[in-house]
Amino acid sequence: MVTLNNIVKTYNKGEIKAVNNVSFTVKEGELFGLIGPDGAGKTSIFRILTTLLLPDSGNASVNGWDVMRDYKSIRSHVGYMPGKFSLYQDLSVEENLNFFASVFNTTVRENYDLIKDIYVQIEPFRNRRAGKLSGGMKQKLALCCALIHRPKVLFLDEPTTGVDAVSRKEFWEMLKRLKQQGITILVSTPYMDEASLCERIALIQNGRIMSVDTPSTIIQGFPEALFAVKTNHMSRLLHDLRSNALVKSCYSFGEFHHITFAEDPGIAKDELVRWLQEQGHQQVELRPITPTIEDCFIELMTSHA
Amino acid sequence: MKEAVIQTEKLTKRFGDFIATNEITFEVYAGEIFGFLGANGAGKTTAMKMLCGLSAPSSGSATIAGFDIYRQTEEIKRNIGYMSQKFSLYEDLTVLENIRFFGGIYGLSDRRLKEKSALLIDTLGMKNEVKKLVGSLPLGWKQKLAFSVAILHDPKIVFLDEPTGGVDPVTRRQFWDLIYAAADSGITIFVTTHYMDEAEYCNRISMMVDGVIKALDTPANLKKQFAAASMDEVFFELARGAVRNE
Repeated sequence: MVTLNNIVKTYNKGEIKAVNNVSFTVKEGELFGLIGPDGAGKTSIFRILTTLLLPDSGNASVNGWDVMRDYKSIRSHVGYMPGKFSLYQDLSVEENLNFFASVFNTTVRENYDLIKDIYVQIEPFRNRRAGKLSGGMKQKLALCCALIHRPKVLFLDEPTTGVDAVSRKEFWEMLKRLKQQGITILVSTPYMDEASLCERIALIQNGRIMSVDTPSTIIQGFPEALFAVKTNHMSRLLHDLRSNALVKSCYSFGEFHHITFAEDPGIAKDELVRWLQEQGHQQVELRPITPTIEDCFIELMTSHA
Repeated sequence: MKEAVIQTEKLTKRFGDFIATNEITFEVYAGEIFGFLGANGAGKTTAMKMLCGLSAPSSGSATIAGFDIYRQTEEIKRNIGYMSQKFSLYEDLTVLENIRFFGGIYGLSDRRLKEKSALLIDTLGMKNEVKKLVGSLPLGWKQKLAFSVAILHDPKIVFLDEPTGGVDPVTRRQFWDLIYAAADSGITIFVTTHYMDEAEYCNRISMMVDGVIKALDTPANLKKQFAAASMDEVFFELARGAVRNE
């Protein structure tokens, strides 16, 4: 449904490589996540796919239409929610929705079933100007406007950035319902914990795709045995672990530190526990764990660097 | 007895009929990493503005670094540092110019500023970047630099408003290394975040819902109190009942 082949995009006369030879495909009806921090190139990719930006080289297509040649067809058949709120601040909720419907030659009534679930939540404020809405409400209105012409593909650029954990969960539930209606969704996010909510993901950093697969396959591909460690003194533990030759990598992760071993973990782990106790750590806890997408991202980042 | 550097008593801010921050009472101790969490619209930003001496409370009282929140706002500002994801540094000034500018604003002497900036550049490993425009640096570097500049004048407290939003997972952890180092040197850290794993890095956490502090304790005790496996669950448990949404 969406295909990118060796897409390159540079800025400042080639000085900044925002998108560096990126290729991936999004299948029809798929919920696909582009996961990476700010500056990874996510927005440039979205702008290329929505025909708002020309790539330096490479080609890309959406629903079989070429992003350069067939830009008009693409524009009338995709929905795009940019990272920055881009509706008309001085039009009301209802006016914005009607405006976008008429631009796409349709009416709100015609496609109301698609947005109904989301729209009812903002309907009490339908006469309020968009600029006066709360962040969560703006997000819902933007999604309604992006859907009003029943697009084939929906592009959502960081829809959950700066949104609290509860609202983020609600938003992902809305996406799941849209997917059930057959819409292909490409969504980007800097939150690694949202990766598991996508069917497939691409991990992106510095304009390069580091991995594309289902979240579970990426996790299975983690090359080492990963362990979680906890003691009564976490900040000292981090220094101690990093100074020990048995430990290959070590970083903080919530209430634990995550480590991998430089040697056979079967032997090294008991040795490390003993050593930590000798260093005065108490309540030492060390156990094997399944990596998260964030662990995979960190591993890929450090091994690519 | 622990020394409290932030002490509030029924601190309240009203905007017309709307009570953004509703009688919050809490203490933050010297050298502590204090996580100030809450859903969007819970009143965190309003509370933080008051604590920084930027917005006068409607009622209640508070002292920040020993100074009164109504009468001594200038002293408060001189004794705190502030950094947010949005406002950080001047993009069209170089790294060194930014350091000198903010050092100058905080009244550091030339000699002290020289020492401090040399130390800062060394710690961040930015020797090759000093003459680059801040706008050209990757976000992670900007944030680390902004934090270091926010504590250039050795404030008693530094306020960090979502300092790691959008930052990659490796840099996010390096950022927390800086926070730990600052806390170890005696600076009190007051931090907001949407990353629940970062909540675990705080000594104590307050959870704000609809203008009130609903819970305040160590991460371990909060998880015990709510019979939750993670801080994520604690947050859901508390924020789920929220009526307000910005």
